[in-house]
Amino acid sequence: MRRLLIPAAFFAALVGLWKAGTVFGGWSPVLLPPPEAVVEYLWGALKDGSLVEASVVTLERLLLGYAIGVVIGLPLGLITSTSDIFQDTIGALALGLQTLPSVCWIPLALLWFGQTEAAMLFVVIMGTVGSVVIATSAGARSIPPIYARLARTMGSEGFDKWTRVILPASLPFLVTGMKQGWAFAWRSLMAAEIYVTILTGFGLGHLLHYGRELSAMDQVIGIMLVIIIIGLVTDKTLFAPWERFMHRRWGTGVVQ
Amino acid sequence: MSATDGFTAAPPAKLAVQHVSKWFRTPRASVQALDDVSLDVDGGEFVCLLGPSGCGKSTLLDIIAGLTLPDKGQVLADNIRVLGPGRHRLVMFQESALFPWLNVFGNVMFGLRRAAGLNAAQQRQIADYHLNLVGLAKFKKAYVHELSGGMKQRAALARSLAPDPRVLLMDEPFASLDGMTREQLYFDLQRIWEERKKTIVLVTHNVREAVCLGDRVALMSPSPGRIREEFAVKLPRPRDINTAEVAALAQRITSALKGL
Repeated sequence: MRRLLIPAAFFAALVGLWKAGTVFGGWSPVLLPPPEAVVEYLWGALKDGSLVEASVVTLERLLLGYAIGVVIGLPLGLITSTSDIFQDTIGALALGLQTLPSVCWIPLALLWFGQTEAAMLFVVIMGTVGSVVIATSAGARSIPPIYARLARTMGSEGFDKWTRVILPASLPFLVTGMKQGWAFAWRSLMAAEIYVTILTGFGLGHLLHYGRELSAMDQVIGIMLVIIIIGLVTDKTLFAPWERFMHRRWGTGVVQ
Repeated sequence: MSATDGFTAAPPAKLAVQHVSKWFRTPRASVQALDDVSLDVDGGEFVCLLGPSGCGKSTLLDIIAGLTLPDKGQVLADNIRVLGPGRHRLVMFQESALFPWLNVFGNVMFGLRRAAGLNAAQQRQIADYHLNLVGLAKFKKAYVHELSGGMKQRAALARSLAPDPRVLLMDEPFASLDGMTREQLYFDLQRIWEERKKTIVLVTHNVREAVCLGDRVALMSPSPGRIREEFAVKLPRPRDINTAEVAALAQRITSALKGL
């Protein structure tokens, strides 16, 4: 109950501050619309279906791009962990990719793919792969070597060793890497949707972009809220079960 | 199931370490870890490798396990040359090396799942039997972080014994435990050894531990690692580490150790 009440009070206070700002701040409602205007926009967009449609379009792109990024990044990360040569080549490349803000891929993607879904997907994948490779390889490298030795004596080699020992042993790092990859994918996609204007699907980023074009601040803030909420919900539903599993098994997670 | 209705154990293997030498090369130097080491271990014998840090005793154990290959010489297990690790020679390490993503039962099952000729029901039965043997039956569902140091080593022992190896290699398995836990485990290990009839090679730097557990104590000296002297321990079992007989022999070995 406490765990519910305190956050509820906290966010209510934030909204209260916002409302007070619009009443006493003297800003134009065009620049800072009151909370109820944003709620009104969201309610309207929910009723006419445009919000749900945009969310679905965005999430589809996100899941597809993220899945491809993980499918590429995970094996690359495992390979990277196996030797210093790979670490110095693939690992260095992945680190470079990760440090490059994903919005930087947009000019290239636009020239290569034009205003298409492919351009959008490309940006998301490029934004995801680097961080997944780095997290996976760091994870596999920090496994106590004694696990691998033990696996060898017990007759676990090759594919069995990788799937039954190395992968589960690096789970704590993998989850961190996947989460980071997800955050990067989400950021990349928003950048892509804001800059790549296409007709094949109207995502949340597009709603945000057109909100700005139309100076519809209630729409801009409303969509930003939706983006935050989707981020929070996916974090809780996609990754929290893994983290709970891990904390229960490893005995980690409680700092006292 | 009680701990006594045992499964037929595989016959313990005879080991022959023949003129084994090993060098470790670092970028700056080459260090000889073992120099012409020979040692015969009878099937079902309990031998302790005793020596100070850096005498190559763990390297020798690794070579017997097949995890490291010797530069010269060879190791025979039942007259067959050891060329790599094998399920008939399982190792127990100083840290339990239990897998945290599996519970105690899952850890014991790890080797069993990879053993030939056992169906799932038999595997579970054997795992339960060994958990009982080490006194962890009640903790089969526990996760590794929930176990004490002694319980971890018991679980590791059950995991190593369950696939029924012919040789059990133990690398300072009790070094990180407190004294009271250790003494209990000395009794348990002797009981289990009598029951399961394994060939055991145990590495330790604790003289009394070696005397308490071994049929024979092979004393090693460092740089380069050699076997200096062997002591037969002809005391009745089960032995208590606190008895005068154990202390007296340990005293003799300690003097030999100082004379190195």
